[in-house]
Amino acid sequence: MNQEEVVDALAGLSLFADLRRPQLEAAAHTFSEESFAPGQRILRQGFQGTGFYVILDGEVSVQIDGKDRARLGKGDFFGEMSILLGEPPVADIVALGALHALHLSGPELQGFLQQNPAVMYRMLQSVARRLRNANRWGN
Amino acid sequence: MTNRRRASVASTAEAKPHPPGDYPVVVVGSGPGGLQAAYVLKHLGIDHAVISADPSPGGMFRRFPFFQRLLSWTKPHAPYPQKTREYEWYDWNSLLAVEPENRSLMPPLMDGTSEFPSRPEMEAGLSAFAGQAGIRIRHDTRWEATSRDGDRFIVHTADGDYRAKVVIFAVGVAQPWTPSTPGVEHVAHYVDTREASSYRGKRLFIIGKQNSGFELASGLLHWASRIILASPRPATLSVNLHSLAGVRARYVQPWEDSNLGGGCFILNASIERIERHEDGITVHTRRSDNGEPFMAEVDEVIAATGFQAPLGDLTELGVTVFGQSRLPAMTNFYESATVPGMYFAGTIGQGVAGLKKFGIPANSGAVHGARYNTRLMAEHVAETHFGWVRERPVIRHEDAADFLLTEATTAPELWNQKSYLARAISRGSGGTLHDEGIVSLADFVDSGGPDAIAITIETDDTGDIHPAVYVRRRGRVDGDARLDGSPLHEYRTTAHRRELLSLARGVIRGS
Repeated sequence: MNQEEVVDALAGLSLFADLRRPQLEAAAHTFSEESFAPGQRILRQGFQGTGFYVILDGEVSVQIDGKDRARLGKGDFFGEMSILLGEPPVADIVALGALHALHLSGPELQGFLQQNPAVMYRMLQSVARRLRNANRWGN
Repeated sequence: MTNRRRASVASTAEAKPHPPGDYPVVVVGSGPGGLQAAYVLKHLGIDHAVISADPSPGGMFRRFPFFQRLLSWTKPHAPYPQKTREYEWYDWNSLLAVEPENRSLMPPLMDGTSEFPSRPEMEAGLSAFAGQAGIRIRHDTRWEATSRDGDRFIVHTADGDYRAKVVIFAVGVAQPWTPSTPGVEHVAHYVDTREASSYRGKRLFIIGKQNSGFELASGLLHWASRIILASPRPATLSVNLHSLAGVRARYVQPWEDSNLGGGCFILNASIERIERHEDGITVHTRRSDNGEPFMAEVDEVIAATGFQAPLGDLTELGVTVFGQSRLPAMTNFYESATVPGMYFAGTIGQGVAGLKKFGIPANSGAVHGARYNTRLMAEHVAETHFGWVRERPVIRHEDAADFLLTEATTAPELWNQKSYLARAISRGSGGTLHDEGIVSLADFVDSGGPDAIAITIETDDTGDIHPAVYVRRRGRVDGDARLDGSPLHEYRTTAHRRELLSLARGVIRGS
C-alpha cells in the first residue's frame, strides 16, 4: 500500500475511527507497513524491545508456550500490553498466512497515544473487553 | 578465422559477456547489490550471468545523491588497518571481498576532504571493484519482462531471453514516487531537482521531511529566499532515534534555521492540493495538530516523497509487494515469500525487517548493511540450490566465550546490522561446538535447530549499545539477555565472560 491507501485502510479500522483526515495522514506516516510470511513470529514470548502492531490483512495466532490461545484478524492490534508494562510479551504472535501489518515502535507508542487521545480511548475499550472476557473465562 | 576477426570476436564477448541463454543463476543489476551478489556467487563457484540496463557499474550512484556527497562514512584512519574484516565497520562504502587486494577499495579513491565520499568517488569505487574482482557484466541489456517455463524463470531482454532456475533482482529502490495529490503536475520530484544556483531567490516548498527533503533544503539554503518543508508527521533526528532512520546530523542546518526563525520553516501538515497561477504556486495544506487549513505562496514545489522498487511485471508472476516502497514480501534469506527461486539483493532487502528491537531498524537500506544481507543471500542460494557446503569449524569449549565476545567487540556484520545479524555457535553430536558463521538473527530464533548460542549487538530504549545473547535449547529460543554495556564498547572482559558463560549453560561446557 502507498500512504494514501494506508490512510484509507486506517479510516476503516475502529481503533482509528475518531481521527480526522489530517490526523489519519499523520498516523499513516508514523506507522510503517511490514509483511510477514506464513508461520513467522511477529512478537516473541520473553523477548524485550517489541513493538505495537495493527493488522491490515491476514490472521495471527496468539500462542503461549506453543499452544494456540486466540486468533486476531484485520483491525485487531497487539503488542501494546508489553510496551505499556515495560515487560516482554507473555505470548508468541505467529502469522497464520501472509500478513500485512502496521508497526509502531515501543518508544513511539506513548507519544502517539498522547497526541491522539481518541485512539487511546478506543484502545482502553478494547483492553477492557479483553479483561472482561478473560475474567469470564476465569470464572 | 583471421587473427583480426578472432580478436574482434573476443573483444565483443568481453564488452558483451553473458549472451542470452540458459544459466544456473541470472543476476539483474550492476549497482552495489548486483556486484556483491555476483562476487559471492563467483567466489563460491556458482556460474551465473549478470545483466544491467546501465552502460557501466554503479547503479544509483551513477547519479545520486543529488548534491554529490554520500551519507555513509569511510574513515581512512581507524582502530583497525584497512583491508581487515574489522575495518569494514569504519568503511561503509567498500563492497566485501575475501582477497585483501579487493577489500577496502574506497579509502584510496577519496580525496581526503571528507569521510563521506563524493558520488563520483563512490561510482569509481564500485567500478574498481567490478574490474578488480573480475565481475563480468553485460551492460546496456535491459530487463524488459519476466515469465516462467516449468522450473525456469525467463528474463526477457532486447538482446534475447535468459533462462535460469534462480534469478536475483538487484534493481535498487530508486524509482521516484509522488503522491497523487491534486495539482501534482506542478510538482517536480527530487530526481528532477536542477542545479542549485537556478533556485536563486526562489520561494521553495519541499514535500517530505526525511533525509532527501532535508538534503535538498541543506543544499538550497544558500540559494532559496525561503524554504518550507512539510509532511504530516514531525521530523525525527537520527541522533534521537539512535538509528539512520531519522534525519542525519549532516542535514540538520535547516532545522536549526527553522528553530531560530531564519527563513526555513518546518510544517506538520498534509498537502491537500497545489494550484498554479500567474504569480507562482499556491500549496493548500491542513495542519496535523489542529486540522486548520494553511496556504503557502511559493515559486516551486519539489516532492522528496521517496522511491519504490522497480519490480516491473514481477507481481504478475505472483510476487507480493507491500508498503510505500513496494518492496517484495521476502523470507529471512531474501527469497520472495510467494515465488520460490526468486531472490532480491541490495537495498530491496530492507523489506526483511528482522526483530527491530526497540523499534530500531537494520541498515539494510544502505550499502553498509545491504552488502552483508546480500552475502548471506548468495550463500543461501549456493547452499540450497547448488550443494555448496558451508564450513563449520570446530571451536573448543574453553575458547567459545572469548570467540563470541571478540565478535561482539569487533565483528563488522554485528555493528553494521545491529539486532539483525549475529554470530552463532552450535552444539553438535557429542557436544562438539561449531562456528555457524554470521546468521540471520530472525532465522536463528525462529527456525529451530540444534542447541546453539548467538551473539549480536543491540541498542536499547535508553540508547545504550550492548551485546545481546540468544540461547537455543531443545529447538527453541525462549528469550533474550543483554550483557552489560561498556563505555568504549570493549566486551572482552572477565565480567562479560562470566556473564556470557552463565547464560550459555548447557551449550558451552564449563559454563
